[in-house]
Amino acid sequence: MGMNRRDFLKSSAAAAAASAVGISIPAELSAAATQAEQGWRWDKAPCRFCGTGCGIMLATENGKIVAVKGDPAAPVNRGLNCIKGYFNAKIMYGADRLKTPLLRMNDKGEFDKHGKFKPVSWKRAFDEMEKHIRKALKESGPEGVAVFASGQYTIMEGYAAQKMMKAGFRSNAFDPNARHCMASAVVGFYQTFGIDEPSGCYDDIELTDTVVSWGSNMAEMHPILWSRVSDRKLSNPDKVKVVNITTYRTRSSDLADFEIIFRPNTDLALWNYIAHEIVYNHPEAIDWDFVKQHIVFAVGPVNIGYGMRRKGEKSLTPERPDGSAGKYSAKEMEIIRKEMAKKVSDREGPALEPYGYKSGDEMKNTPGTLKHWMIGFEEYKKSLAPYTLDYVAPLVKGDPDEDLEAFKKKLKDLVALYVEKDRKVVSFWTMGMNQHTRGSWDNTLSYNVHFLLNKQAKPGNGAYSLTGQPSACGTAREVGTFAHRLPADMMVKNPKHRKIAEKKWQIPEGTLNPVGNQHIMKIHRDIEDGVVKFAWVNVCNPYQDSASARHWIKAAREMDNFIVTSDGYPGISAMVSDLVLPSAMIYEKWGAYGNAERRTQHWRQQVIPVGQAMSDTWQWVELSKRFTVDDLWGPYTLRNGKKLPDVRKAAYKMGYKPDTTMFEILYANDRAKKYKIDLNSFPQKGYDNSECLGDARNVVGSDGKVFKGYGFMLHQYLWEEYAWFGRGHGHDLADFVTYHKVRGLKWPVVNGKETFWRFNTKYDPYAAKHAKEAGLKDFAFYGPLAKKLAHGDLKGIKDKKKTSLANKAKIFARPYMDPPEVPDKEYDTWLCTGRVLEHWHSGTMTMRVPELFRAVPEALCYMNPKDAKARGLKNGDLVWVESRRGKVKVRIETRGRNRPSRGLVFVPWFDERVLINKVTLDATCPMSKQTDYKKCAVKIYKA
Amino acid sequence: MAKKGKKVEITSRRRFFTDIAYSAGLATMGGLLWAGYTQKAKSSPLTLRPPAALEEKDFLKLCIKCGLCAEACHNRPSNIDRDTGKPKKSTLKMAKAEDNVTIGTPFFTPRDVPCYMCDDIPCVTVCPSEALDITKVTNKKTGELDFKMMDMGLAVVDSNSCIAFWGIQCDACYRACPLMDKAIKLEYDRNERTGKHAFLKPVVSMYDCTGCGMCENACVTEKAAIFVLPREIALGRPGDHYVKGWDKKDQQRVANRVDKDITTHDKRSAKKPEDYLNRELEY
Amino acid sequence: MKWSNIKYLVFRRFVQISFLFLYAMGNYYGWKLLQGDLSSSILFGKIPLSDPLATLQILSTGALVGANVLVGAMIISLFYGIIGGRAFCSWVCPVNMVTDLAAWLRRKLLIDKIERKIWISRNIRYYMLVLALIVSAISGMAAFEVISPITILNRGVVFGFGMGGGLLIAIFLFDLFVVKNGWCGHICPLGGMHSLIGKYSIIRVSHNSDNCTLCMKCKDVCPEVEVLGMIGKRSEFVSRKECTNCGRCVDVCDDDALNFHLRKFLEK
Repeated sequence: MGMNRRDFLKSSAAAAAASAVGISIPAELSAAATQAEQGWRWDKAPCRFCGTGCGIMLATENGKIVAVKGDPAAPVNRGLNCIKGYFNAKIMYGADRLKTPLLRMNDKGEFDKHGKFKPVSWKRAFDEMEKHIRKALKESGPEGVAVFASGQYTIMEGYAAQKMMKAGFRSNAFDPNARHCMASAVVGFYQTFGIDEPSGCYDDIELTDTVVSWGSNMAEMHPILWSRVSDRKLSNPDKVKVVNITTYRTRSSDLADFEIIFRPNTDLALWNYIAHEIVYNHPEAIDWDFVKQHIVFAVGPVNIGYGMRRKGEKSLTPERPDGSAGKYSAKEMEIIRKEMAKKVSDREGPALEPYGYKSGDEMKNTPGTLKHWMIGFEEYKKSLAPYTLDYVAPLVKGDPDEDLEAFKKKLKDLVALYVEKDRKVVSFWTMGMNQHTRGSWDNTLSYNVHFLLNKQAKPGNGAYSLTGQPSACGTAREVGTFAHRLPADMMVKNPKHRKIAEKKWQIPEGTLNPVGNQHIMKIHRDIEDGVVKFAWVNVCNPYQDSASARHWIKAAREMDNFIVTSDGYPGISAMVSDLVLPSAMIYEKWGAYGNAERRTQHWRQQVIPVGQAMSDTWQWVELSKRFTVDDLWGPYTLRNGKKLPDVRKAAYKMGYKPDTTMFEILYANDRAKKYKIDLNSFPQKGYDNSECLGDARNVVGSDGKVFKGYGFMLHQYLWEEYAWFGRGHGHDLADFVTYHKVRGLKWPVVNGKETFWRFNTKYDPYAAKHAKEAGLKDFAFYGPLAKKLAHGDLKGIKDKKKTSLANKAKIFARPYMDPPEVPDKEYDTWLCTGRVLEHWHSGTMTMRVPELFRAVPEALCYMNPKDAKARGLKNGDLVWVESRRGKVKVRIETRGRNRPSRGLVFVPWFDERVLINKVTLDATCPMSKQTDYKKCAVKIYKA
Repeated sequence: MAKKGKKVEITSRRRFFTDIAYSAGLATMGGLLWAGYTQKAKSSPLTLRPPAALEEKDFLKLCIKCGLCAEACHNRPSNIDRDTGKPKKSTLKMAKAEDNVTIGTPFFTPRDVPCYMCDDIPCVTVCPSEALDITKVTNKKTGELDFKMMDMGLAVVDSNSCIAFWGIQCDACYRACPLMDKAIKLEYDRNERTGKHAFLKPVVSMYDCTGCGMCENACVTEKAAIFVLPREIALGRPGDHYVKGWDKKDQQRVANRVDKDITTHDKRSAKKPEDYLNRELEY
Repeated sequence: MKWSNIKYLVFRRFVQISFLFLYAMGNYYGWKLLQGDLSSSILFGKIPLSDPLATLQILSTGALVGANVLVGAMIISLFYGIIGGRAFCSWVCPVNMVTDLAAWLRRKLLIDKIERKIWISRNIRYYMLVLALIVSAISGMAAFEVISPITILNRGVVFGFGMGGGLLIAIFLFDLFVVKNGWCGHICPLGGMHSLIGKYSIIRVSHNSDNCTLCMKCKDVCPEVEVLGMIGKRSEFVSRKECTNCGRCVDVCDDDALNFHLRKFLEK
């Protein structure tokens, strides 16, 4: 092997970095504070955009942000940015910022669903919200009040919203856009490790020898990380290998030593092929000591459907002879019927044989389940048997013009990189593996390969799920702003977990709703079914970002419901709404984000919001003033017959009165008031705090009076109460003030030190502790979830007795399966959607930055020139991209950054004028409920 | 000569000659002014012409200023706005008096609207005067139009203001380039300051860049840090006596040289050998 | 005002505006009826038409112009040479509307009655024509096309006006205050070109002196007044090449002394 000088320098630098994490004010922050050039005030914050979590410095002058710079002290980016980060200073000042609440009204000034938006006061806005929430609770119970939440909430916002929804309204119809982004990764983590979030950290990039990118265009989606990958490649071009595994050629192929273009969904087969090669042809590469000590093998059912609507749901009835059903056309039903039963195809037949299905069989699907059971290694080996090169190569090859033998060689080269002894390998992935009808499977398959080789949870080694959103980890996953979750990996269905939360929140036992099934697509479907009557959109754009969008927009506009959108700018969701609330944007409030390497980063309010805008935290807290114990805590019967108890009496016993408001219980309680306003010391000194102090605008608040602030440090209270949940459970976060002194810390933060590699006893104090208790040496996979399993084989459970697998991780047998919609004669092309570097998600911010708008003014349909020629299309022609669900008009691009092979087109979704989600299919991973935006079938013809 | 005070009689003969002189004088004066103005009215050397335009000198001779190219550009299907269904502002404009371009001739300003390099190149096929020469964009082997043969200018990067050279992960120009990885390539360099990031710097290839200006249009800096110049302006001219040993295409450059005389002249070689030799030598 | 007094005027304006309209639509909406401008156009998406003077200037630069331009110039020359005479100037050229307006104002404001101080020859246009070719040859570009108010106006309508529009105002003021019919009747080399081309065309105004009451209304409105030398004297065709076939004289004549006829070559 041999370590050259550069490697040595690299690893020793990383080691030095790892040991020097003490908590102190970096010199540059204090320098910046004194360096008041031109009267500018510089302060640190994370970038607003992706999950990379770059640090920036913001300059404020006369109450406006005038400039940014990359934060040289930020470990992730060391003073650099991508172009979105470069424009952070400009995102809040678009000329059309929302500045006042807007309500749809008729000429008499009454709310009218078909009226035009007109400005109203905050008081009127809250009056309407209160009225419609009461109506929804009366008609549908807690299931009728829903929130489209976000992975772009600040941690405190998400926590405040979670408390009011789950403790106040007792509703679990609270699910973030992060569901579309990370849910499959989460199921992967839960099922494999028993605890959420990656084991590694970004330092893996500098320490690895091999970067394999699976369904992740890092060059555009994580540019700063990509520049680190590029630097690593440059540091030793011969040794360091980069592989891009993707369904179409992207920017990330530039740097790659080779790229593998695969047919959509067949990454499942590709992972299994690598495992097959290891188990059957390179058994010497398996680290049996590791596997025996730390790993068990498991499997779950395969007939779990595709997360689409199921027969009997209200909007699917009645079924008509022409094939249509309820609100769905016959064409749409062609695909939706596969949710109930499907025919096993020739492609997937061989892969499913070990599970008891063969090509041509009818597979009857049951709703997706997380259920799984233990199997032996031999069973696992049996599941891999079909994945020979001769089966896999033609199945996986995604470019019809590529030579099969050349493709086979690439697959062999890929295997060789993974199995090479002492070669460190990191497998990165993002949406390609998460937005996948078998996303949860795909995620677990990645760990299989790394586990077999003992290349996981070690510096420079590991399967690593990258995050899309800036706080999908920090807020959505860690705070648990999901239908089924509570903070710190606790679950609403677990009575013990509910009890812990109820106790901490000082609400009566039994208040929390144990049924958490209203994930984000279910909320849309429940609106269409007429169950959800009130929905509030927070920091997201669900009417642009949800697949089969036509159904949801129609339901919102035409049915009896009340949709509220809080946003900085008007977008499609605001347009679909009945009430629009102006929200403070990122640097107009105190906040915190958590990135994809578990790094939590806080910032202070830099400027006062524009117009009448107020933060989402404030909006939630003000709403809580409108509801009392008697309003919300009576008995309810849920749809499934389950009853929520009347907890009012228990509340009275706790000292609450019938008219005690949720404001007093959840936010302005005695514990909260202990966190004092202290404008004389760090970190509050010199900074605005619109929620706690009011501000110079004298905004007239929800009660019609000038809002003067809550009078205590609400942000700190929310932070500390939330952080309590994780401390001592492997989720430890530092205290509020500490985060304002450092450039973020990777949790668990134990004794003031952050953790670089989890589950590894050398780096993770929790691993060390658990390993010591269990007599293990190098690793302890201590995650607590799903650690008692029954036994069986690939076809089912044989022995219901459960065995404990404390401190062990799992390798899952998961077959290749087709997605529900595959191109056919009429809809003959795959459609894949995604992002471009220049624009963030639905583009509401970046499309208002003139430079970014100029750079990429409209979404294009990237197409292979041969496909265009075959259809008589020229570059730049307008075409219809049409699926069974809808069509959009878009310009085709046969050159440029994305180069699909024949048979696939790529359309990014940032452009609301190209509402591509009218076309996409709302099939999800049935386990994670994450939508598959990466594949559906379309036809393309000249517009 | 007529005497003072005495009225001169103008005969018809005299009138005839006076008229001729008068007209000739006026015509000469007008002609000189006109010729002067025409020289002045020639375009700024920074003007970017439509694809397949002849060299500026010949282009100005031939262009009849009919605007058919600009109309074709305006009405091409790819210029139809998706939202309104109407044509957008088009790439090719017909010069007005204030444009610093010969009036009535077509040109484009990539920062406003770049050339989208249509597959069917409608601006060239429509030109009646052959000022836009279709053979310049026709592949000789296949006889098909080839947008890659367009040659409107050359993109130049100002590495001082290009933020990719600061280490920012931008490359908006690279991703906008229709000939990505050919006309604009990324040069990867290690960023020693951060110790763990790479510079991804855009570098333009003079062989592949067509000067379409998609890069200039996309550039996110306030004033574009990558911009298209006519090749004569953008490029220097290395000597016609040396061929790059590492570049197969380079011999063609030297073979195309204009001045075939290989005798060299300078101050030192100005004198004949014998004149030189016959001088007095100082010692 | 009687219809018969403005018939040709209305026709001409209709034709002139139609040309501009069709050119504009050709650009703005891609209509295939008439695309391009007066320098060179495509009729019905197929037939090339080109300005003979612009073509000559290009040729005099020494450049070999495209076949479409040559064919187009030939079609135009044949059309006017055989049929239309100098009709281009009064029926097509948009500057005619500008200079006609100036001439009309001159009459209304009685500027015509003020003694003329500046005299210039009507033959300047032919010098201009020769000069245009010489300057083109010297400067290497079509010289008149750089300053032609005709194409500036034409392109202004089709592609948008710029500062060049000022030239049109200058011509208007020149015609109004300096020389009557100064531009079209004296200077414009394209007018000279069309005079030469149309010398032997068959459509001509004919005068019937028997009906003439010598009211001289025709001479009042005629932009090329020399061509009406026979009024009241001889019954004959207007044979001078400068006549633009505008038909104003026919319009204003209340005595049926002037009419369009096909020239009878044999009679002469």
